Amino acid sequence: MSAGMSVATWIQLAYIASAACFVLALKWLSAVPTARRGVLTGVLGMALAVGGTLLRPEIVSYTWIATAFVLGTLIGVPMAMMPMTAVPQRTALSHAFGALAAALVGTAEYISHPHLSRFTMGALAIEVVLGFLTFTASLMAFGKLQEWLPQRPITYRGQNVVNLGILTLALGTAVYLIIHPGSLALFLAMAALALVFGVLLIIPIGGADMPTVISLLNAYAGLAASAMGFALDNKLLIIAGALDGSSGLILSIIMCKAMNRSFANVLFGAFGQAQAAAAHTEKKSHRSASAEEAASLLANAGSVIIIPGYGMAVAQAQHKVRELYDLLKKQGVSVKFAIHPVAGRMPGHMNVLLAEANIPYDALLEMEDANSELPQTDVALVIGANDVTNPAARHDKGSPIYGMPIIDTDKARTVMVIKRSMNPGFAGIDNELYYLDRTLMLFGDAKGFVSELVKEVQVQIENA
Amino acid sequence: MNADTLLTYIYIFVLATFVGLEVIRRVSPLLHTPLMSLTNAISAIAVVGSIVVAGEQRSTATTILGTVAVTASMINIVGGYLITYRMLSMFKKGKQVKP
Repeated sequence: MSAGMSVATWIQLAYIASAACFVLALKWLSAVPTARRGVLTGVLGMALAVGGTLLRPEIVSYTWIATAFVLGTLIGVPMAMMPMTAVPQRTALSHAFGALAAALVGTAEYISHPHLSRFTMGALAIEVVLGFLTFTASLMAFGKLQEWLPQRPITYRGQNVVNLGILTLALGTAVYLIIHPGSLALFLAMAALALVFGVLLIIPIGGADMPTVISLLNAYAGLAASAMGFALDNKLLIIAGALDGSSGLILSIIMCKAMNRSFANVLFGAFGQAQAAAAHTEKKSHRSASAEEAASLLANAGSVIIIPGYGMAVAQAQHKVRELYDLLKKQGVSVKFAIHPVAGRMPGHMNVLLAEANIPYDALLEMEDANSELPQTDVALVIGANDVTNPAARHDKGSPIYGMPIIDTDKARTVMVIKRSMNPGFAGIDNELYYLDRTLMLFGDAKGFVSELVKEVQVQIENA
Repeated sequence: MNADTLLTYIYIFVLATFVGLEVIRRVSPLLHTPLMSLTNAISAIAVVGSIVVAGEQRSTATTILGTVAVTASMINIVGGYLITYRMLSMFKKGKQVKP
């Protein structure tokens, strides 16, 4: 390298620094104290990448780039201000945007140079197929999470054959284009097939599987960016895309394990459809309690573990739960939260919802830690969770959730469950927990009942 | 791209994937939502390709595609980093509650 380094060298140096920043950003995200530094490092990495790219000599006009920067910022800022309950659908939407960008760049590349080398064409085909299918699949996931589309899986006879057929056709077209380059019409046909496949892929997947699907789409969007790097001869794209891909992969595996399911089962199994659960004819008895009785048990307990589920967030009860948490803490009760990995609608969602309600993160226990504490816990209070507390998952081989890791709620000395009625939950599986001798059912909606608990605990403290 | 460069790129891809797996494996489940929104912002690195397509002005069609791609990437960059930072600001350690 001589004293006068070329612009191209400077750009490459910026890209290397950018890749290093991304790795550091993810490393620092591993724990809360360093996490915000991680985000800022990620911003620096992106600034280096964008800055370096703007120096590239191929760029002859900045008009449209500047316009797009302004437009993207105007849309991006409000999207970052959404409430935490809406984060899963926001994430699905941004997977869609990321994938769309990759697919459109690939398409533009093909329009400019239809006669590409075989390797480049192969990479471009992967980029465009993955990009377009992730785009529509993410939009579908967004629709389901936003409840614009039905949550239940829609299945029909031969569905898997149709889906795989369309995917095969898209890949077949890609292979043909690699061997016989230069047909824009075929290229567009391939893109259209990928778009259709994305829609069909999500149709049979139920609302309960969204945490896995979102993680998988995260990986796809990353892989599309990585393929773009192969096609455009850009190593930074390959690296950043691979980082994103591995993150999506890890999260998908964690989500699958948390539900005791395989990838194939999530994608083709259509779980969450009425699990024709063997109707229990025998009438089992349960015990219920009033808010006053429950409050007295809570206020006099030494330790309480709260098991929140998505139902708590739907009822917007988390702020009332925080009030209850504060009151009990003041009374000297140890209060913690047991978080199942699929407690929300995306990985880690419940933690964010509770953090938003000002519940300190050191009160949040991972499933394994909660399970070792529950046998010594006086009261387990279930709010809006169901299947993840069902002991049948441990022993009933006939249960659809058999083998799924659960929070061992039934091991606490007293169990309290806030629930509207005895109706079975989302998956239609009856929960054995409700019929245990140590379980008290607290009937009411989550927000209303927790408010009453707060009031009653206050009364008890004043009378004490 | 020829076979040699392809191999180089595969090396880079494989190594980056392993680095990613090792680093991300260590992220606490507490932070999995911020992790996904951060990697989402990082995967908006597609902006690098998009900017070139939007600025090269090879044809009207490619300029339009490039402009849409830059817009989509920019939404993810701005929105992704901002919401991750916002989320992380909500995570607070418990302080001793005064009696």
